[in-house]
Amino acid sequence: NDQVKVNFNRPFKTYLLEKGPENNAVTNKKELIDYFTEMSRMRRIEIVADGLYKKKYIRGFCHLYNGQEAVCAGMEYATTKDDHVITAYRDHTFMMARGATPKEILAELLMKEAGCSKGKGGSMHMFTKNFYGGNGIVGAQVPVGAGIALTQKYNKTGNVCMAYYGDGAANQGQIFEAYNMASLWKLPIIFICENNHYGMGTSTKRAAASQDFYTRGHFVPGLWVDGMNIFSVREAGKFAADFCRKGNGPIVLEMDTYRYVGHSMSDPGTTYRTREEVNEVRASQDPIEYVRHLILTNKLATEDELQSIEDKIREEMDEAADFAINAPLPPNRDLFTKVYVNEVPVRGVEKSLSFKP
Amino acid sequence: KEVTCREALNSALDEELERDKSVFVMGEEVAQYHGAYKVTKGLFEKYGGDRIIDTPITEMGFAGIGVGAAMSGLKPVVEFMTMNFAMQGIDHIINSSAKTHYMSGGQVKTPMVWRGPNGPPTSVGAQHSQCFAAWYGSVPGLKVIAPYSAEDHRGLLKSAIRDEDPVVCLESELLYNMKFTLSPESQDKDFLLPIGKAKVEREGSDVTIVGFSRIVHNCLEAAQLLAQEGIKCEVINLRSIRPLDVETLVKSIMKTNKMVTVEEGWPQHGVGSEIVAQMVENAFDYLDAPIERVCGADVPMPYAKNLEDLAMIQTHNIVNAVRRVCNRK
Repeated sequence: NDQVKVNFNRPFKTYLLEKGPENNAVTNKKELIDYFTEMSRMRRIEIVADGLYKKKYIRGFCHLYNGQEAVCAGMEYATTKDDHVITAYRDHTFMMARGATPKEILAELLMKEAGCSKGKGGSMHMFTKNFYGGNGIVGAQVPVGAGIALTQKYNKTGNVCMAYYGDGAANQGQIFEAYNMASLWKLPIIFICENNHYGMGTSTKRAAASQDFYTRGHFVPGLWVDGMNIFSVREAGKFAADFCRKGNGPIVLEMDTYRYVGHSMSDPGTTYRTREEVNEVRASQDPIEYVRHLILTNKLATEDELQSIEDKIREEMDEAADFAINAPLPPNRDLFTKVYVNEVPVRGVEKSLSFKP
Repeated sequence: KEVTCREALNSALDEELERDKSVFVMGEEVAQYHGAYKVTKGLFEKYGGDRIIDTPITEMGFAGIGVGAAMSGLKPVVEFMTMNFAMQGIDHIINSSAKTHYMSGGQVKTPMVWRGPNGPPTSVGAQHSQCFAAWYGSVPGLKVIAPYSAEDHRGLLKSAIRDEDPVVCLESELLYNMKFTLSPESQDKDFLLPIGKAKVEREGSDVTIVGFSRIVHNCLEAAQLLAQEGIKCEVINLRSIRPLDVETLVKSIMKTNKMVTVEEGWPQHGVGSEIVAQMVENAFDYLDAPIERVCGADVPMPYAKNLEDLAMIQTHNIVNAVRRVCNRK
């Protein structure tokens, strides 16, 4: 019997809910290895992206997810691939969680034709089945997510939409517009506020009059979740999806989490918080180290076995990076395609460089 | 058959809702109140609240919801009570609906219609009187239509709803009550007008007058008056702002060698400015005179009637411009 019981040392807080999920969960060897593997892949692809960025293979904006893996991974294990996801620009790991390969993700970052968006989207604009981006406008994905939930209700699919946004976006007016209509129309949407405590370089304390993001739906029930613990996230996710599927309308999950790296590549991430703060979270709450600890203390695998998983991931990502580096850029003709569903004449920078389909 | 443009829009919506279950209508007061301008009259009773959806007064939110619904397989027709209020949601029209197909490398479509009255009505002041044709017309990824007659309203809206791209439909409050004759073919359930094609409303050989939406009425009136002076005007109703039917305009200039553009919006960076640029690029050798633009005055719309009259195009302004271009007194 390889069952492991996990107790949550940071319990859920509920808002407008009679009862939240239990403050413990049961797991087993297979799950633990899966979670360890999946979160390690997420961590690794971001480390590889970071390196490629610094070597100037990647240009423009690039936002990394290091530290927040338990949120994305936990919600995926709580729902199915028939459910829908939309997030903001910190989207690489979501793509992987929704089934995209590291090759297409890194190729997109490296502006290659083989990228998931054919090199026309970049870091912030990635899409795959039942995953709608990748939105570069802070907060804009939230009402769009409510629209995706509206489709689920309209077509009676029984599926839910998960719309992620940060603590910074949580103050955008359109989020409250989305709460209101989702609640009025009982849309099956899980509003997921990833509170990593800093909107770019502004601490939530300086941006939000109330930092209890799980209560800010006012009339929308909410749950505060330890977003560094994949089991807390998973149990909250199951609870929320079940709540939505029963026709209760929306729910807000505040995921208390932390970003180890800067907001984007141009932010060292150390001017508005101390190195000690970052190191303290890393040392005490890292989501991957927590799962490693559970595996080792319960003797479900050896350190060597985990090391070999990590080695394989390293290989997988290095191979993807090589692929991306060596892949061709999109052909010049692609500049003019996919503006509309059917190709139309498009003017180039000179009239003589215009495109005719 | 004589119908108003309001009835033309209503029948177009009704037929497309009937035809395709993924089409739905959302906006402020569209259902139980029958639309602020009664365009959606009777649809709530016929199709119910799941398909004719009253939204709260929350443009940015429901614009975003419309895009999400379109991305995930539905075909929303999003009504703005007026296009002035669409400014609250313009981020979703441009950044979410127009760009997603391109940004996703063609993976995600946003088939939807953004519609509502545009351009100045009368006596409602600066915040409720402006034309957004040039704004939306500048955005790749959007299609923009501006119907004039009842036939235009039916055929263009039906095409827009069936289109796989996002389409902005710029209507006019002053046209809603105007009556036009519908030909038998334009009454057909599958009557569609191609987006991107202009219509020659009146043929002529001396000068081309180009307009869109409500002001086409004044262009035709001007042509009538000028005919009495022996000036034969060709009047072109653009129907679409984007794609712009440059071909039809060039063809007309090759015949008349002179042009006047007419739009209710502001002059700077307007639709007329774009047409002038296109004609310089594509038909310069055929021009016998500088093209003249007739536009709304370059001011926020005043409230006082005497000032408003001066700010808005009157038929005689078009007549004067044509006379100048034709070198007549």
